Amino acid sequence: MSEPNYNKDSMKNILVVSLLVCFACSVVVSSAAVFLKPQRVANKDLDRNKNILEAAGLYDKQSGQIVDIAAEFEKFETRVVDLQEKRVLSDLEASDLGIEARTYDQRKAAKDPAISKALETRDDIASISRRARYSVLYLLRKDGDIKTIVLPVHGYGLWSTLYGFIALEGDMNTVSGITFYEHGETAGLGGEVDNPAWKAQWSGKTIYNDGGVALKVIKGFARAESAKFNYQVDGLSGATLTSRGVENLVSYWMGDDGFGPILDGFRG
Amino acid sequence: MSTKEVLLNPLFVNNPIGLQILGICSALAVTTKMSVALVMCIALTLVTAFSNLFISMIRNRIPSSIRIIVQMTIIASLVIVVDQVLGAVAYDISKQLSVFVGLIITNCIVMGRAEAFAMQNPPGLSFLDGIGNGLGYSVVLMLVATIREFFGSGSLFGYEILPLVTNGGWYSPMGLMLLPPSAFFIIGLLIWALRAWKTEQVEEPEYEIGGHTALSKG
Amino acid sequence: MIEYYLSLLVRAVFIENMALVFFLGMCTFIAISKKIETSMGLGIAVVVVLTITVPVNNLLYQYLLADGALAWAGLPDVDLSFLGFLSYIGVIAAIVQILEMFLDKYVPALYNALGVFLPLITVNCAILGASLFMVNRDYNFAESVVYGFGSGLGWAIAIVVLAGIREKMKYSDVPRGLRGLGITFITVGLMSLGFMSFGGISL
Repeated sequence: MSEPNYNKDSMKNILVVSLLVCFACSVVVSSAAVFLKPQRVANKDLDRNKNILEAAGLYDKQSGQIVDIAAEFEKFETRVVDLQEKRVLSDLEASDLGIEARTYDQRKAAKDPAISKALETRDDIASISRRARYSVLYLLRKDGDIKTIVLPVHGYGLWSTLYGFIALEGDMNTVSGITFYEHGETAGLGGEVDNPAWKAQWSGKTIYNDGGVALKVIKGFARAESAKFNYQVDGLSGATLTSRGVENLVSYWMGDDGFGPILDGFRG
Repeated sequence: MSTKEVLLNPLFVNNPIGLQILGICSALAVTTKMSVALVMCIALTLVTAFSNLFISMIRNRIPSSIRIIVQMTIIASLVIVVDQVLGAVAYDISKQLSVFVGLIITNCIVMGRAEAFAMQNPPGLSFLDGIGNGLGYSVVLMLVATIREFFGSGSLFGYEILPLVTNGGWYSPMGLMLLPPSAFFIIGLLIWALRAWKTEQVEEPEYEIGGHTALSKG
Repeated sequence: MIEYYLSLLVRAVFIENMALVFFLGMCTFIAISKKIETSMGLGIAVVVVLTITVPVNNLLYQYLLADGALAWAGLPDVDLSFLGFLSYIGVIAAIVQILEMFLDKYVPALYNALGVFLPLITVNCAILGASLFMVNRDYNFAESVVYGFGSGLGWAIAIVVLAGIREKMKYSDVPRGLRGLGITFITVGLMSLGFMSFGGISL
């Protein structure tokens, strides 16, 4: 196979080998990428939609019930909102801005100075440093009225930023569910934000009182007899900072700098 | 070396993690859950085996000046393919593995075997060497993952074995098992166990106390 | 603003230490940490390489590989992010090579001191890992510089501390099976535990 006197260190061989290896690898890699991209994108969407449905209480990961995620998600209306002007954008305005609700990456937008703002320390309750100007929310209507509204939220815990969705009922005040799809909190402690039992107690709690956010994540157990019961969520045992982080992020995003004014708009 | 030796040596006699000190990074990071560790093992074994195969096939043609880069290109391409496939087929696990799939490229086992074995041996044997080392790595990884998941979450492969207190059971999980330091401790202890079994792997002390002194043996 | 970068730096050095929390660069970490001098040499080399490669890879990602990055060339729909791994490792290998040549020509003393470590750095998972984390977290250029420097510094601190401990342990009576590799792992585990205490810091 090798010719006699084949010099593998010759200039010609170096070029030939490098070109051939590059070509072969490029073909293999690019084919894999192009062929598998649709499936990867679909998986990413599915994952996000699953989380939205879970927050809205329409999908339970634990029970393993077979739910057609795509079909259930189709029932939701997706709207882009402007957090600076504190209003919902029409489809036309959203497309004029070049924002496609399905692919809009709020996390990335928060870093783009053109469509985000840096937060002053005293305003940055959730320790997120920057807030994107636009966000996407998901509405489920029944007979024309809003039955559930799902909002993306995020905030810093102890080790990481928690990203999740909070779902409210049509009165824009009662929580129907909360779920965190991404976080790096300590497993077994702050990581218990994923515990279904903890998440279940959010259902039925109310957020607002006297025009402000009143929901608190408290140390210990919320007592049913207490007048404030509906505004209290049990803290996570051994995870003070994560619990505080959760309270702060709810406080921020349900407040005036977050979705507060927009929820007022829906209510009124 | 016989085929059987090539395939089985890396399991206990010349274990990549336990003796050669290769591939440690991922052994520590991805072992909190057995399912994640298993996917990592499969990914690494496949990449090592195929990179060994391809590099061995062209070993007589690779100019020495670009040797390392050619090896890296082949390895990196294989890893990209694995990463793409994972994203399409097992999205949840690929999210948990996040950057560690990419780090297979710099995983010393892959590069180490390419240099040490594939460059000097025929393709068939190199492929088996890749599988063998992948298996040696997998043995350690799965062992560590089993211990960490069992004591840290009370489950195996996600199935609850010991009912957790937070789920109404009696087992208060060993939180340390889910944190980084535990992986170091477990591997240290595993190496101790391995060297108690195969005493030829014990390292010599760095110095001996001189003779005729208070603490000497002679 | 300064606070943000300072907090990023502190996080990269202590709370998210490359070696003790993410276990990157372990192979060389354990193999080279027998003497303080060599560890310091390797540590400095890692800091320099990381401070250069993370920002360079950031530019590569932002302007060439990311989804829509090629808009400046009139190709806004192109997504080359799958070429990431190949590009980053290529950049790292190239930069290490250039650094080696530069040091050999202009700072031969340093070149001789670092010796064999520079080529070893190319396959150090910490170097590639830092670039991958940078992409994963979508840092901008300034953040990349801070993060690159910080993670390198963290790794360097970890290896020098470990070398110090190992030098002292030379005179300890370690059980036969644990000698060398075994006790090193346990030591690193304890160091990692120690570094977790930085978790509560918030600037």
